[in-house]
Amino acid sequence: MRRSQLVKTFWAQVSGKSEDIGSEALARMLIVYPQTKTYFAHWKDTSPNSANAKKHGITVMGGVADAVTKIDDLKAGLLSLSELHAFTLRVDPANFKILSHCILVVMANMFPEDFTPQVHVAMDKFLSALALALAEKYR
Amino acid sequence: MVEWTEQERTTITNIFTNLNYEDVGPKALCRCLIVYPWTQRYFGAFGNLYNAEAIMSNPNIAAHGITVLHGLDRAVKNMDNIKATYAELSVLHSEKLHVDPDNFKLLSDCLTIVIAAKLGKDFTPETQATFQKFLAVVVSALGRQYH
Repeated sequence: MRRSQLVKTFWAQVSGKSEDIGSEALARMLIVYPQTKTYFAHWKDTSPNSANAKKHGITVMGGVADAVTKIDDLKAGLLSLSELHAFTLRVDPANFKILSHCILVVMANMFPEDFTPQVHVAMDKFLSALALALAEKYR
Repeated sequence: MVEWTEQERTTITNIFTNLNYEDVGPKALCRCLIVYPWTQRYFGAFGNLYNAEAIMSNPNIAAHGITVLHGLDRAVKNMDNIKATYAELSVLHSEKLHVDPDNFKLLSDCLTIVIAAKLGKDFTPETQATFQKFLAVVVSALGRQYH
C-alpha cells in the first residue's frame, strides 16, 4: 500500500478519537518535555490537564487532520499555518519533532494493534513532512 | 551524576520486572529497522531484510533484539552509575561495531513506542517521562567513549 494511502486509512480508523489523541499528545509533551511550557506562559494554568491544554491539543490535532486531506501538497496546503507559526507564534521548529513523537506514542498507546511498524513509518514520514511544510515560511 | 527519585526508580524497576523480553526486544529492533531503514546498514550479515515482512520474520533479528534489550538490564541494576557501567559497551559500539551514536536515540524512540503499545493505560505521561529519561541516560553513556 502506498504510504499516503496507509496514512489516510489509519487516520480514517482513528479520526473518531482525534480530540483525545490531541489532548493526550499535548499533555504528554508538557510533562515529558517541560521546556515546551515556555510557549504557554500566557496560560494561567500550564498543567497538562488544564482546560487550556486540552483545548489546544484539540486545535493542533484539527490541523493534523486537515493536513491529511492535503497530503499530496502539504507546502501549499499549510501555507497560512506556516505563516502563523513563523511570524506570530515563532515556535522553534525543533518542537515540531517533539510533538510528533508524542503523537506517535499516543497512537501506539491507544491503538496497539493497528499501529503496526508499516503504519508507524508512514505516519512518522507524514508528520516530518508536515513539520517541514510548517517551517517553510520561517526563513 | 543523574538524580533519581524513589518514584522514578520504582517505575523503571517495575517496567523491567514485568517485561516480556522475547516479545518486546524483537518488536523494538524490527520497528527501528522498518521506520529508520538506514539502520539496516549494520545488519548486512543477518539475512533477508528486504521488506517489513521479511524483517519481522527474520530469526537473527529477533534474537538480536532480545540481546539488545537485555543490554539495558545492567542500567536498571546500576541506576546510580550508568555512565561507568556502559564504558566498555560504548567502546565496543565505537571501535568494533562502528555504530553512529545517533542510532541509539532512534532505537530508544522505537522501544518507547513498543512499551507504550504494551502498557496501555499504565503508560502514563509520568511513566513516559521517566522511561525516556532512563533511556536518554543510557544513550548518553553509550556515546561517551566515542572519539
